[in-house]
Amino acid sequence: MSELWRLTAHEAHEGLRRREFTSVELTQSVLERVAEVEPTVNAYITLTADLALEQAKEADAKLAAGAATPLTGIPVGVKDLIVTKGVRTTAGSKMLENFIPPYDSHVYENLRRAGAVMIGKCNMDEFAMGSSTEHSAYGPTRNPWNPALVPGGSSGGSAAAVAAGECLVSLGSDTGGSIRQPAALCGQVGLDPTYGRVSRYGIIAFGSSLDQVGPIGRDVEDVATMLDCIGGHDPRDSTTNPEPMPDLRHYLGRDIRGMRIGVPKEYFISGMEPGVAARIEEALGVLEGLGAIVDRDVSLPSTGHALAVYYIIAPSEASANLARYDGVKYGFSDRSAPSMWENMEQTRAKGFGNEVKRRIMLGTYALSAGYYDAYYLKAQKVRTLISREFAEAFARYDVLVTPTSPTVAFPIGAKVDDPFAMYLNDIYTLPASVAGLPAISVPCGFSEGLPVGMQIIGNFFDEGRILQVAHAYEQASGFKNQLAPLAAG
Amino acid sequence: MALTRDDVLHIARLARIALDEAEVERFRAQLSGILDHFQALAAVDTEGVEPTAHPLPLANVMREDAVQPSLPRDEVLANAPLAEDGYFRVRAVLE
Repeated sequence: MSELWRLTAHEAHEGLRRREFTSVELTQSVLERVAEVEPTVNAYITLTADLALEQAKEADAKLAAGAATPLTGIPVGVKDLIVTKGVRTTAGSKMLENFIPPYDSHVYENLRRAGAVMIGKCNMDEFAMGSSTEHSAYGPTRNPWNPALVPGGSSGGSAAAVAAGECLVSLGSDTGGSIRQPAALCGQVGLDPTYGRVSRYGIIAFGSSLDQVGPIGRDVEDVATMLDCIGGHDPRDSTTNPEPMPDLRHYLGRDIRGMRIGVPKEYFISGMEPGVAARIEEALGVLEGLGAIVDRDVSLPSTGHALAVYYIIAPSEASANLARYDGVKYGFSDRSAPSMWENMEQTRAKGFGNEVKRRIMLGTYALSAGYYDAYYLKAQKVRTLISREFAEAFARYDVLVTPTSPTVAFPIGAKVDDPFAMYLNDIYTLPASVAGLPAISVPCGFSEGLPVGMQIIGNFFDEGRILQVAHAYEQASGFKNQLAPLAAG
Repeated sequence: MALTRDDVLHIARLARIALDEAEVERFRAQLSGILDHFQALAAVDTEGVEPTAHPLPLANVMREDAVQPSLPRDEVLANAPLAEDGYFRVRAVLE
């Protein structure tokens, strides 16, 4: 069976349905690809090959019984902060090096119910804090388009695995851009759903008013299929939307004539690479050619404040969420000192990496007596202003279009010692995160041989509309199923 | 916003993270630099603006107060660094 790992999930589904190959054969093909390229890419923290083949056998039985879903027998990657019963889940941290979850997350339960096959747990920045996947205790993931470069982050393993053929689709998580930015830098499609669309039950928490799980795939249809599988109400996460999920497939293949597209000028700033600006302008031309009405004169004046708002609120929430890692209940524990408090301080000193310590301390400071009003409360108020401006924009436009990232993939090591330079990678993805809005990144060409992503932001729970625009663009532009030209080695 | 060495030690104590001398200085410089970039927020007019704690207008999502199964104790304790007689074991809290 030749190179089945090159298929998209929907192509593979067709082949499985028509009995052209089995899920076991498809899974073996992906595992062989993993064996070839994983020494270069390092997209996975834990591989689950035996489990995958077992799940593939079950999937073949389901397929034979005519009980298949679009994901039955499809090899997927799962970000390593999504807990999986009996399968080590580290969140990219030494703190959870030996953590074996006693339960399944909602999204993994749904994937399993649909019959998906898990290839492994994807590499990530520790506790999802980072934009390059260099802050992983398990070594950096490398960009399959050029292994000297970062894949983006924090879901860099999930994006690189899809780009390198080490799974067909994957799950990541997005707090400030952690799905969209690595999808852009690896030439894939990545969707951050509306806050409340996907249950966070069993997701290792970072910033609880921001975290959301979402898919990365090689085309828009695969991403829609994955969201269809994982989204919807879950009583175990009281922030999930009780309304039923719309039929997302209904939006694929529909034309976008008359669609009102706003382009906020605050996103076209100094620091954006000319190649990125050129690709976005070309993409806007394609959308106009499809009959959309593009307004390039939109202003969202508070856009520039989203970075400070996010980097106060997310670390504040993180400082509270990560207080649970005390070396008592689970995870790494240093008991070398004689008292409990010293044990705790040493556990956290040795179990957390530098970026996590930095953010915990930043959040602790922003919440501490005397600084709460100036930092945390102020950030929450400016968050309101950012949300208001989006609400006003969505009264006039169906979707907003921006670049996903100001640059293409950058060299490993280039920004790792300069935290603020790293934070600037998220400048275009943070505003939608702060407002809780859904946003997708789709490939829109290349700059100096490296993938560029276009971001499409939608209104609350309007994933259907952004998928419609993304799909129409993808069909017209042909930028899809972009496997990185990575030789075995 | 220049943090002092004492500020960093105070924050680290609140966060329960032990720092060595080199880390104290590195975090002092890095956190001061990051806080400098946040100063622009102070100039934003937020008079009469309500804070947003959460992006969705949700409040008091309730469920029936019914007993539900919890995880088996031995499965939970299987991840504990040190357990004894069905309890987590820690070092002395009080000297």
